[in-house]
Amino acid sequence: MNSPVMKGPPVTGYSLAFATPLAIFFVLFFLAPLLLLILISFYTTPEMQSFGADQYVKIATDGFTLGVLGDTLWLGLQTTLLCLLLGYALAWSYVRSPGAVQKVLMLIIVMPLLTSVVVRTFAWVVILGRQGIVNSVLAEFGWIEAPLKLLYTRAGLVVSLANVQLPLMALPLITALQKLDPNLEDASAALGASALRTFTRITLPLTLPGILAGCLLTFAASITAFISQSLIGGGQMLFMPMYIYQQASSLQNWPFAAAISLVFLVAVMACVTVFNLLGRLSRGHIAA
Amino acid sequence: MSTGRRHEASTIALTAVLGAIALIATLLLLAPTVVVIVLSFTNGYSLKFPPPGYSLRWYESLPGAFQLQYAALNSLKVASTSTLLAVVLGVGAAMAIARSEKAMARVLDSFFMSPLILPALAFGLASLIYFSRIGIELSLLTLVIGHAVVGVPYVIRTTVAALSQMPAALLESSASLGASRAYTFRRVTLPLIAPGIAAGAFICFMSSFDNVPVSLFLRDASTDMLPIRMWQDLEGRLDVSIAAVSSLMVLVTLVLMIVMERLTGISQRMR
Repeated sequence: MNSPVMKGPPVTGYSLAFATPLAIFFVLFFLAPLLLLILISFYTTPEMQSFGADQYVKIATDGFTLGVLGDTLWLGLQTTLLCLLLGYALAWSYVRSPGAVQKVLMLIIVMPLLTSVVVRTFAWVVILGRQGIVNSVLAEFGWIEAPLKLLYTRAGLVVSLANVQLPLMALPLITALQKLDPNLEDASAALGASALRTFTRITLPLTLPGILAGCLLTFAASITAFISQSLIGGGQMLFMPMYIYQQASSLQNWPFAAAISLVFLVAVMACVTVFNLLGRLSRGHIAA
Repeated sequence: MSTGRRHEASTIALTAVLGAIALIATLLLLAPTVVVIVLSFTNGYSLKFPPPGYSLRWYESLPGAFQLQYAALNSLKVASTSTLLAVVLGVGAAMAIARSEKAMARVLDSFFMSPLILPALAFGLASLIYFSRIGIELSLLTLVIGHAVVGVPYVIRTTVAALSQMPAALLESSASLGASRAYTFRRVTLPLIAPGIAAGAFICFMSSFDNVPVSLFLRDASTDMLPIRMWQDLEGRLDVSIAAVSSLMVLVTLVLMIVMERLTGISQRMR
């Protein structure tokens, strides 16, 4: 203490007590609802009279729910990989562009993040539709006789989801690439490595934390992208968010909806933990 | 110097391949905005692109679209109120955890950030069950509470970043010159972190205005929200007037974004 009258934390910090209002708010309106969700999931019937693990037994044995869950995670993985390819090339080119180009590019990357998801998804409905851009262009060149079915297909969904989530991938990658010491790439080239070898042996491994951060954000966003999944996937494809919504709203089956929400939540958390562990490992690897 | 030339060739090839993919990615980032704006001026009834002809008819239909206006007004009310709540609660929490070395601060940080990673739909359902069990009827208030929970992380993130970038020497000199903590906060800290708070508030507002998963569960039957109204209009019949609404939203977003970039350098704060 510099002065005898001073009490509490040093002048550069604030007391943890400043977090109390938000902590109370979160306990009341975030933690308590989630705990209640766990409780509700242990009711055996929609009428909610007796307790048991029936909902979880149903999930494990109905042969449908686990399929939807697996398919949702698979969709997230496909989207993330495509997004990584686009995002890495974008970030790599961004850091090599002159300042003025970077300014414009940054606006182009950030703008979609703030534009309504409904608007962005709607644009993809227009692009992929029967009379959309892709079909018009292909027909114009005479490459197709009849319009291709792009909307309501898996491929269409993956491409549009990857684009809707692209900024989430590009931003951490740009940060990672900017932190990379350019001398390392120069040294690798000077020692005789080809550009490709430098890229795969130096650039990629050293930006691994950024890659994992981007993948985590993209993955989490694309598996819960309710609007895009329902508008571009259409009624034929069912993913966890819509499944939960149907069970809760149309069927009023709260215990089952609660149970599948929790299974989904745990699956997401497990994926997040894996990404975080890999991230920590890769950072340790770089520091070593 | 054949190896040198080979290296040059491989550098050019790598730059060309990655550059080409980057160009495609940039076009794909721009495409949705351009497509929506062009389509909104169509004179046709379908989402045919390119449009058969151009007119302002879908914009002219908006003043009569009362359902959309009502939904937009609700979204505006909820987004502004929940942002205000998130800023008041979030800035306090950010101050508490930003420069703290305590383990408790890290725990609180993860706790306050968790709505970002948790599936929002699961939280929406949990809140619906919670409010119905404790006997609070769904209303704009329940929407505001739900949106504030999922929006608070944005405020905390940008405010914590602004606080940790602030030189400690400033606070120490202010204190050593005899200023009280409250005075230092008002005259030194607040002006320096204001752009960070504003950026977080802006992101929080935009995400609330765009929220569907929480609103789906926490609105009552008579409270329509804009993104949900648009989504349902699109699912039922691919309605062209949605293109006009979307273009207006893109325009407003772009203007706000440029203003925020000037005032707070928002693109640097979204990383």
